[in-house]
Amino acid sequence: MTKYASLLFISGLAFFLMVITGFLPIGNSPMLVGNAILDSAKDQVGAANVVTSVVLAYRGLDTLGELSILFAAASVVGLVLTKSSFNKSPKEIEKPARIESEDSGFVAINAIDLIFPLLLVVGMYIITHGHLTPGGGFQGGVILAIAFSMRNIVRPKQKSVDHGVVTFIEAFAGLSFIVIGLVALFSQGNFLQPMLDQGQFGSLWSAGTIPLLYLAVGLKVGAELAGLILALNTDEVND
Amino acid sequence: MIWIVALVVFIMLAAAIAVLVLENMIAAVVAASVVSLALTVIFALLKAPDVAMTEAAIGAGLSSLILAIGLKRLGYWKTTDKSNVSSGDNHD
Repeated sequence: MTKYASLLFISGLAFFLMVITGFLPIGNSPMLVGNAILDSAKDQVGAANVVTSVVLAYRGLDTLGELSILFAAASVVGLVLTKSSFNKSPKEIEKPARIESEDSGFVAINAIDLIFPLLLVVGMYIITHGHLTPGGGFQGGVILAIAFSMRNIVRPKQKSVDHGVVTFIEAFAGLSFIVIGLVALFSQGNFLQPMLDQGQFGSLWSAGTIPLLYLAVGLKVGAELAGLILALNTDEVND
Repeated sequence: MIWIVALVVFIMLAAAIAVLVLENMIAAVVAASVVSLALTVIFALLKAPDVAMTEAAIGAGLSSLILAIGLKRLGYWKTTDKSNVSSGDNHD
């Protein structure tokens, strides 16, 4: 019965969407904001990557919202999955078969050791060139998080990532994002309005505070996801 | 270009079906990340490199890592094929 109900719902939704798309004027976009941003982003923000100037300047508050969503998700995962004194599991819960708490094999360890510095360079490049080339804080931060957590996964016993350091980086990056936004609010009049000299268009030191904001976003995303994967992975090792 | 997209969509569909029918759990995780990788190619062809990078980093990298950790925690991380798969099937 539930299957038929959901089938009915999905077909009704598809019909609804088809009717809506049938009425849309195909070819001439009704999007006016996008064209306005495309015209004025170069002079107002000075970032060569227009997506970045939308994400951090025109819609900076949304980025702060995304960061807080990520923060909430990472905190809930840490709260539920890490072993603390609050959620010590009762003994009768059936333990899953523990496969490997020792180090991985030769190939995995050496491959990760080889890739790790390259991943760091790529991640930092993507973060620091977020206002020039595609990519930015989120993508580079994910790459950094993957690099550190791979190291932790192949060598579970050796604590390669300290949880306190991760928490400190995350808190510092989030705080600096908000502080930059507040400084812009009090000096320029708008929250997260681009400040400082725009510099030469297309060079690394350009677009004012945008690279600083993306650095904060990248460090925060990287630290959060690394902490999340750490929380997912440590439980197996410790008990 | 349309043929490249058709090929990539075919790869995506094949990988998505492989996720369902593969008996080895690790192979299913790898197939799920192949879906994301092929989707990355489509995003790059549609001139959305930012979205393509996000899809490659999160869809192909991070989510398969999290799925792999989940397999390990649940005890499904078995690299040998037949004898262990049957014991793994008893769990679900």
